Amino acid sequence: MTDSPALSVRGIHKAFAGLEVLKGISLDAHEGDVISILGASGSGKSTFLRCINMLEIPDAGEVTVAGETIAMKPKRGGGQEPANQKQVDRIRSELGMVFQNFNLWSHMTILQNLIEGPVHVLHRPKAECVAEAEALLEKVGIVDKRNAYPAHLSGGQQQRAAIARALAMQPKVMLFDEPTSALDPELVGEVLRVLRALAEEGRTMLVVTHEMGFARNVSNRVVFLHQGVVEADGTPDEVFADSKSERFRQFVSGLHA
Amino acid sequence: MDFAFLADTMGQLLAVTPLTIELWFLCILIGGILAVFIAWGRVSGVPVVSQLCAAYVFVFRGSPLLIQMFLLYYGVAQFAEVRHSFFWPVLRDNFSCAVLSLALCTGGYTAEIWRGGLQAVPAREIEAGRAIGMSGFTLFRRIIAPIALRQALPAYSTEIVLMMKSTSLASLVTVWEVTGVAQRIISHTYRTFEVFICAGLIYLVLNFLIIRALRAVEHYVSPHLRDRPRPLLPGAPPAHAASPIALPEVPR
Repeated sequence: MTDSPALSVRGIHKAFAGLEVLKGISLDAHEGDVISILGASGSGKSTFLRCINMLEIPDAGEVTVAGETIAMKPKRGGGQEPANQKQVDRIRSELGMVFQNFNLWSHMTILQNLIEGPVHVLHRPKAECVAEAEALLEKVGIVDKRNAYPAHLSGGQQQRAAIARALAMQPKVMLFDEPTSALDPELVGEVLRVLRALAEEGRTMLVVTHEMGFARNVSNRVVFLHQGVVEADGTPDEVFADSKSERFRQFVSGLHA
Repeated sequence: MDFAFLADTMGQLLAVTPLTIELWFLCILIGGILAVFIAWGRVSGVPVVSQLCAAYVFVFRGSPLLIQMFLLYYGVAQFAEVRHSFFWPVLRDNFSCAVLSLALCTGGYTAEIWRGGLQAVPAREIEAGRAIGMSGFTLFRRIIAPIALRQALPAYSTEIVLMMKSTSLASLVTVWEVTGVAQRIISHTYRTFEVFICAGLIYLVLNFLIIRALRAVEHYVSPHLRDRPRPLLPGAPPAHAASPIALPEVPR
């Protein structure tokens, strides 16, 4: 158990209407890894992240979380689909997903958003979940907003609430899908600070991002996707300083241009 | 003004008001349940089921309720098969026939309201539910249904009020509810104006109470829509429109 990676992804392929977005991507994340996934828009990085928890069903390839592989079966008309929805649900509950647009449940208060999964998916006692949720809100700095509704919060506060909601499930791996891309520039910092604190706690995280500072200074590994394949993969120093990938250098210089 | 006559008329109409309320309540209840299944069928994704439900909605929304009621009460009784069938006890009775036709009709309208509510649930919020490990009935019960019902409530309120008024059609299949009794009084007294004013008042008061109750429900279930930062609608003054102070230049 200890020697199996927290997350292992093998040979993910995904096409949309004949257009191949992912052309066989593999990735291992070990306990405590913070992996930044970079790439130009359209490089398939968000699709890759969504394939990990089956929000997109990969046409081929397999996903293993803490040693448990998601069972797939061939689909009529090609490709594959999960064989067992119960297993997918259970594995999803072990993967904390944070979305670009927060996706908080608008009809629930922040506290209700946090305890929804623990109470109704994990079936844990409510009082216990409330106590934990308040501690998490304290941690992300919005405990005073516990009874507010998402529409009453700023984007940065909503994203911090969404991170706390994912953490409330006590996930084995956190998946972040461009967590700061929908935020006003002055709100990006508060969310990045939370991400950095989680990284320092030793959480296993996959972060699709455009924040080069984060990728360089916080993550311990950088994966650069280009046209559906892994173009560069290594420590931030390896990838940023002496990348052999001409495309990565173009990508980075394009950001600063 | 003949107050004695007005008081007497009001007394007779109020005596049958419970029947009007009963008609209304039963048709909303039965129609609401029916609508859940039709709306479910509409969004099921199974082509045959979806088309059948769409056809149902088209027929019951597209034809007059009065004709539906006449067909059900006077029309189908001409077939011996119906008179000897299991349904005859329901179709023979004017009250149950009225309830049934009101329910069938509102079921079609309400199904469309539910469907609109279901389709207005943001895909992102459903996805957040899936990502946390919800699927099937849990996802529907905890995320989709609560949001859909909130979205549908204003339109559904209108339907509920319309049905209160539609119960007056039951008088035409000889159910002696408020409108029916009012017409009977008129046929004896020829005082159309006073009697219909009394009947109209009763419907107004009933609907006033219904509207108030529904508004309270709407208020109760949508705290998330209150006091939030106002969207800048075209024409609406922005939050600080009154401010005479010129905005400082944005540093670049």
